[in-house]
Amino acid sequence: MEDKEKLEKQQRERREFLSWLGGALACGAAVIAGDAGPAQAVAAGEPAAAAPVPPNPAIPGYDWTKHRWAFGVDATKCIGCLRCVEACKKENNVPADAHHFRTWVERYVTLEGEEKARIDSQADPVNIAASGSEREYRFADRYKDARVAKAFFVPKLCNHCTNPACVQVCPTGATYKTEDGVVLIDHTYCIGCQYCVQACPYGARFFNQENNTTDKCTWCYQRITKGLLPACVEVCPVGARIFGDRNDAQSVISQFIHNNRVQVLRPETGNAPNVFYVGIDEDVN
Amino acid sequence: MEALFHSSPFTGYVYPNETVISWTLLIVVYPYLTGLVAGAFTISSLYQVFGFRQLRPVAHFALLVSLCCMIVVPLPLLLHLGHPERAFNAMITPHITSAFAVFAYAALFYVILLMVETWFVFRPYIVHEAQRAKGLPGWIYRMATLGSHDVSEKAMSYDRKWLFALAIIGIPGAHGLHGYVGFVFGSLKAREWWSSDLMPAIFLFSAIISGTALVIVLYVLSCKLRKVPVDLPCLKVMAYSLWGFMMFTLLLEGVEFASLVYRGREGYDVIMQFVEGPLLIPFFVLQFGIGSVLPLAVITFFIWRGANDRALLVGVTASAVLVLLAVLMMRYNVVIGGQEISKTGKGLLAYHPPILGREGLLAAAIVLILPPILLSVLVRFLPPWHDQEQTA
Repeated sequence: MEDKEKLEKQQRERREFLSWLGGALACGAAVIAGDAGPAQAVAAGEPAAAAPVPPNPAIPGYDWTKHRWAFGVDATKCIGCLRCVEACKKENNVPADAHHFRTWVERYVTLEGEEKARIDSQADPVNIAASGSEREYRFADRYKDARVAKAFFVPKLCNHCTNPACVQVCPTGATYKTEDGVVLIDHTYCIGCQYCVQACPYGARFFNQENNTTDKCTWCYQRITKGLLPACVEVCPVGARIFGDRNDAQSVISQFIHNNRVQVLRPETGNAPNVFYVGIDEDVN
Repeated sequence: MEALFHSSPFTGYVYPNETVISWTLLIVVYPYLTGLVAGAFTISSLYQVFGFRQLRPVAHFALLVSLCCMIVVPLPLLLHLGHPERAFNAMITPHITSAFAVFAYAALFYVILLMVETWFVFRPYIVHEAQRAKGLPGWIYRMATLGSHDVSEKAMSYDRKWLFALAIIGIPGAHGLHGYVGFVFGSLKAREWWSSDLMPAIFLFSAIISGTALVIVLYVLSCKLRKVPVDLPCLKVMAYSLWGFMMFTLLLEGVEFASLVYRGREGYDVIMQFVEGPLLIPFFVLQFGIGSVLPLAVITFFIWRGANDRALLVGVTASAVLVLLAVLMMRYNVVIGGQEISKTGKGLLAYHPPILGREGLLAAAIVLILPPILLSVLVRFLPPWHDQEQTA
């Protein structure tokens, strides 16, 4: 199924490129033709400008034009149990070490008398030492003897931006935005240049040395297109992770965005993220 | 078994995925090489287009230096790619919004331009050798004539027109290619250390000084190896060019750094920590002090003294070696430095390059040594030496 999807995508890209090339050649020819140049160039440019709507992926019973997926994080509910991280690693075959994560959880602790929060994630050496293994995820009780003024957890993942910087910089188009709002990577087409890893302001992308391509969260596309929830949302015991379709006004995510004052990370980048946060403060970015 | 990846220790808070630095030494070497291409081409153009007659002894040599560097340019990129066998995907389906999509086309265009220009420059020699040489070399020269044996005055005047045109196209070509490399870094909004409108200009000017310095060093070395005297007026013009372009480079770098500090945006504290800590030796001592201020002072001294002796030769050559080091350090400080400052704006990573492996020190050193090796072979086939030209 996934292969068909990739094939479709490659064919689409080929068509787009050929139509662009055709347009460009026609424009070039029109310029050479002289007098009638501008008029012809406009006419020739038309087919390239009116790009066809990409076809649906070959997923039975799934129409990607009918959904607009979005994700919510209620940081006030997160307890830092890290089941989401574990579920994600298992569901998506993410390398089981402390340097490759499709999702992670950050802990913000402000001690009494301090202004700036102390931040760590499950990948911090202290937390790995506490769990005893890079494959086990735990937050060490490192502040038990300190006087904590404020503390909270923030789950992080790919923001599936509306204007994704990673998609912009990909030289081959191997990473792309789907019609239903998810940013995916074609692992059979990625050349592994890692330009997208640099471009992501959120550190959501990593290079997977096992298949030598870039990787990141897909909102468990293999699950959501079958009507299931992403693995991290499924296992969250407190409902800190919310997922749904914004096309449905009654969906849990539409209600979450409607009923809360939500914010996104780094709005100044212009990327327009689609992960909406509640309960974070100024230190979080 | 060699580890699949190399992680870097950090201080403060960095995103978990940032601990594996993704652009390493080969991506330091890549802009360094394209810079050398642009710089060496500049020297050749100063003669071909702008009529700097004193540069005649190095004009053709500089062209070969540029060509040899350019042939090697794709190598560090291919070595870096996770799937080098898919590199052509970027050419088959270029994703137009990517600053990197047209690189392959631009590089290909430029390699072809350099080869055609080289062919025109050496055509009389190729024709001469095609008629004279025997065996394999003779066969190669006969192939290289491409069937054109006409070296009459009319044909040569036609060649000169082509050369002039190619050199003119080559100037925006070479400089565009390198300014564009600067844009690849400068256009990334995710990294404060890179995100600057001045980046393409800084890359360009540092490219010109590195290429000029390389031509100086290789020219002096070639004279020593061939046991012929160095043409001092020529060396002097190159030293003056180096001085002028260095002034621009330093000014641009200074303005860029000042703006970064003055703007003091988010993550500024960590950048200052970085500048005052890990960057002290590679930037302030190596790149700025020993690599820029010292050679600038030395060349200024010779300009002021107006010397034409052995001291000039030693001073300028030593300065050029330092400039080559400074520009390499500049590429390192930009490419690696940018990734050592975490995107969180709250932490720093410390990259220690591995010696072995596909992206290690050894691989980078081999890539860097390839252009001179290629050049030493090429000059035997196409001697660019001015003194031989007169006797031939």
